[in-house]
Amino acid sequence: MTLFCGHYGSGKTNIAVNYALHLRRQGLEVTIADLDIVNPYFRSKDSTDVLEAEGVRVIALPFANSSVDLPALPSAAYAVVQDRTRHAVLDIGGDDRGAYALGRFVPYLLEENDYEMLYVVNFQRPLTTTVFDAVEVMREIEIACGLAFTGIVNNTNLGAETTLDLVKGSYRKAEELCKVTGLPLFMVTAESSIAAEEMFPLRLQKRPFE
Amino acid sequence: MTEKVLMKGNEAIAEAALRSGCLHYFGYPITPQTELTAYMAKRLPKMEGGVFLQAESEISAINMVYGVASTGKRVMTSSSSPGVSLKQEGISYIAGSDLPAVIVNVQRGGPGLGGIQPSQSDYFQATKGGGHGDYHLIVLTPSSVQEMADLTSLAFDLADKYRCPAMLLADGTMGQMMEPVALPEPHMGTVEKPWAVTGTQMKRKHNVVNSLYLQPEVLEKTNFERFERYRQIEENEVRYESYLMDDAEYCIVAFGIAARVAKNAITMMRKDGLKVGLIRPITVWPFPKKAIREAADKVKGFVSVELSMGQMIEDVRLAEECRRPVVLCNRAGGMIPGVDQIIAVTKDLVSSVEGGAR
Repeated sequence: MTLFCGHYGSGKTNIAVNYALHLRRQGLEVTIADLDIVNPYFRSKDSTDVLEAEGVRVIALPFANSSVDLPALPSAAYAVVQDRTRHAVLDIGGDDRGAYALGRFVPYLLEENDYEMLYVVNFQRPLTTTVFDAVEVMREIEIACGLAFTGIVNNTNLGAETTLDLVKGSYRKAEELCKVTGLPLFMVTAESSIAAEEMFPLRLQKRPFE
Repeated sequence: MTEKVLMKGNEAIAEAALRSGCLHYFGYPITPQTELTAYMAKRLPKMEGGVFLQAESEISAINMVYGVASTGKRVMTSSSSPGVSLKQEGISYIAGSDLPAVIVNVQRGGPGLGGIQPSQSDYFQATKGGGHGDYHLIVLTPSSVQEMADLTSLAFDLADKYRCPAMLLADGTMGQMMEPVALPEPHMGTVEKPWAVTGTQMKRKHNVVNSLYLQPEVLEKTNFERFERYRQIEENEVRYESYLMDDAEYCIVAFGIAARVAKNAITMMRKDGLKVGLIRPITVWPFPKKAIREAADKVKGFVSVELSMGQMIEDVRLAEECRRPVVLCNRAGGMIPGVDQIIAVTKDLVSSVEGGAR
């Protein structure tokens, strides 16, 4: 099981969708679960067509993206954490508030003991521009859900103004974050058109007003 | 300017407010502006003198704003359409007491509880009063996350300068979208506020902040004095962007998210040889009347692109004095006009004006 958690707007959903497709392309049976109880707008359910076309199972609230603004979880979420035959990618809501949703699944995750919980960080986000702030958000999330992170995903970007230099310029902070927390760097992510070889490429959804 | 960061529009407003010396925020969460309240909740308690309070309702929040504004401190509240309706009484009191304050409306579809998708259908409420009595708000309409930050700073400065409430009139798209933003340098404002209720220290006559004037002659005088200030605002503070208007034969008028879609439509129409430009009001009160009036001397018609049933179009018609046809291109209820729709409406206008010559 792979869990993506992090600061609000750090890029968890885009990474979860791309990572689920990546696992599927390696031949794994993959389920992605949209467990975001915070944000009613940008969700992994947005990518249902792309995901299902490649054979990824999508679990989301029936009314996710329907403008019904309820902090609820899909009932099928238990099936995701209890089914040990499939690889699950969990897209968790932002900050400690989003991570509260994870708490109820933690006993199952600990029992199975086969998960990675990844901290997605974008050092260009104003509340996580420093390693100190990034660690603070990280600890808040861990306290809220009762699970400890196992790795770091460096998703430093400036949206449409992201350059390769900007991503590489964040390596020093990412290294320091790893050092301070004792966690390994799981991957560096970048939009596919600029991603260098060592980076995990992301395909992003385009919006009509851009 | 500082190094750029990636922010949601709602967060950019909050951070810009903090950098403008706004240490007092009162609000109540509502989609699609909740990130603004959440950001303030996170940041303000860590700042010296910072006060964040989630009020029990929008009505209490705006009255807390009224209270802090009386002391001359910079103060803000924010909400989305239904919540801003609740604030109208307080806004009228703040205007009637000649107090500076900043109110943010990240609009969603209405009327009533409506929905959570973006809208511009509170235009009348923002520009034509909203609450009771003769008053105006300075109303600023951002069209990017950068402007969410910049216009927030400006709103505080203008509110102080003219002693009146200013409103940032955004829409759900602006609130939710993420873009790079260079945050404004911290500035606290330099306007002296001798009227503020700060305690006399037994050294001066006490100040009174009040909107009650029982003698009609006196109440009339305050109205006339206030409208003299409004006249100065109309003279000095009109802001708009003129885009490809030099050779334009047709003019689109649009603000906020609608202006962004309109620019894409204009790019495509110009590829077809259709000379279309854009006037993007940045202040919708005061409305850029002169720019529209001058455009009417040159262009053959106007298209008002709006996320409403057609509200700004009335100001466009008033400004161009009914000399040219003005047509509406709109979606409502949370929908956004598309590039194709804007092109189709503009081309319809062209053929009705030019009799199918094109």
